Amino acid sequence: MSSGTIYGLCGAGLVAMGLAAFLVQAHLLRRLIAFNVMGSGVFLILLGLAPGGGAAADPVAQALILTGIVVAVAASGLVLALARRLHQATGRMSLDAGAGDDERG
Amino acid sequence: MSLGAALDAVLAASLLWIAYACLSSRNLFRAVVLFVAFGLLLALAWARQRAPDVALAEAAIGAGLTGALLLDAVGRLQPAAFRRRRAGAAVLGVAAIGAAALAFGLGRVIAELPAGPADLAGQVAGRLDESGVTHPVTAVLLNFRSHDTLLEVAVLLLAALGARALPPEPPPPLEHAAGDRVLHRLSRLLLPLAVLLAAHLLLVGASRPGGAFQAAAVLAGAAVLLRLTHDLPPRSVPGRGWEAAALAAGLGLFLAVAVGTALFGGHFLGYPPALAGGLIVLVEAALTLSIAFALWTLYP
Repeated sequence: MSSGTIYGLCGAGLVAMGLAAFLVQAHLLRRLIAFNVMGSGVFLILLGLAPGGGAAADPVAQALILTGIVVAVAASGLVLALARRLHQATGRMSLDAGAGDDERG
Repeated sequence: MSLGAALDAVLAASLLWIAYACLSSRNLFRAVVLFVAFGLLLALAWARQRAPDVALAEAAIGAGLTGALLLDAVGRLQPAAFRRRRAGAAVLGVAAIGAAALAFGLGRVIAELPAGPADLAGQVAGRLDESGVTHPVTAVLLNFRSHDTLLEVAVLLLAALGARALPPEPPPPLEHAAGDRVLHRLSRLLLPLAVLLAAHLLLVGASRPGGAFQAAAVLAGAAVLLRLTHDLPPRSVPGRGWEAAALAAGLGLFLAVAVGTALFGGHFLGYPPALAGGLIVLVEAALTLSIAFALWTLYP
């Protein structure tokens, strides 16, 4: 089993775990973390699927993953700005009305 | 099983374990810390797969900046009743079964998919001389697939504008960093080093792992550190005039180069091989400043 396949399978596990956590959690910060874990899993699958061998990994796959990482941080930053605004306005950190699941610490 | 494969197996298992611990942690702060650790282990995994550019970006952006943003957000949550609502057993069951099915399906795809006929790495290596740089990843990012990078910068700009469109926020309730003298001394020491490192990463990206994004992440990290010690002011509502210029400069220059090549050369973003090296350095320099500023704008 090549190293690419090992990490690709790891990525598949991360996507699955991230998706399950995203669906189950209600807290917005936890959902964002789950979403980022899913993204990292997708990137691992991307590089795992690229043909291996050679002195360095596939440059096209690397470029795509780099683009993905930057887009992920941009989306995370915007989501956090909106979540902070929601918390400021309503005191909640979840989209479910009436669920008192703010938590700290 | 060779030593390398054993290391890969251990690293992959650790990634899964730390991700599970992060996602299931009862303590939100602990979850964020585990997420940062996850990012650093992931950078190791990228390095193991001989992808140093991605490893640099993951450590700086994925673990560093995202972690800083999350920690800041956690710090702003008002202390409330520490009561975590448990999802119902039915929801948990469906999610677990769905996740297992997804993992199984993806795993089968990964294990059984044959290598595609297109040898992209070989194609890149074959045309590397015309690209203007000698590092394949930089050639792909800034020349062969520069269209993707153009759109990526536009997406980052959109996110920064979206974050700026929201009203500025009151400072978080607990701010120890402002009075921490060790942090002040350290940040003053680190700032020139960070600028030097960013310049190095930017210029060395033509021939070795590095480039505009990694350099921008280092600069943004230094800016966040200065923000923590109150050496840099928080965002002001109307914004100073130069801030708009700083945000737009990278994308603007990139677009100008793209349109210029369309008008004078042949097609959009088709660099003439003689000028390609110079154009890439120019675009990357502008991108570094703009991306660093956009990343810092996302931080409150």
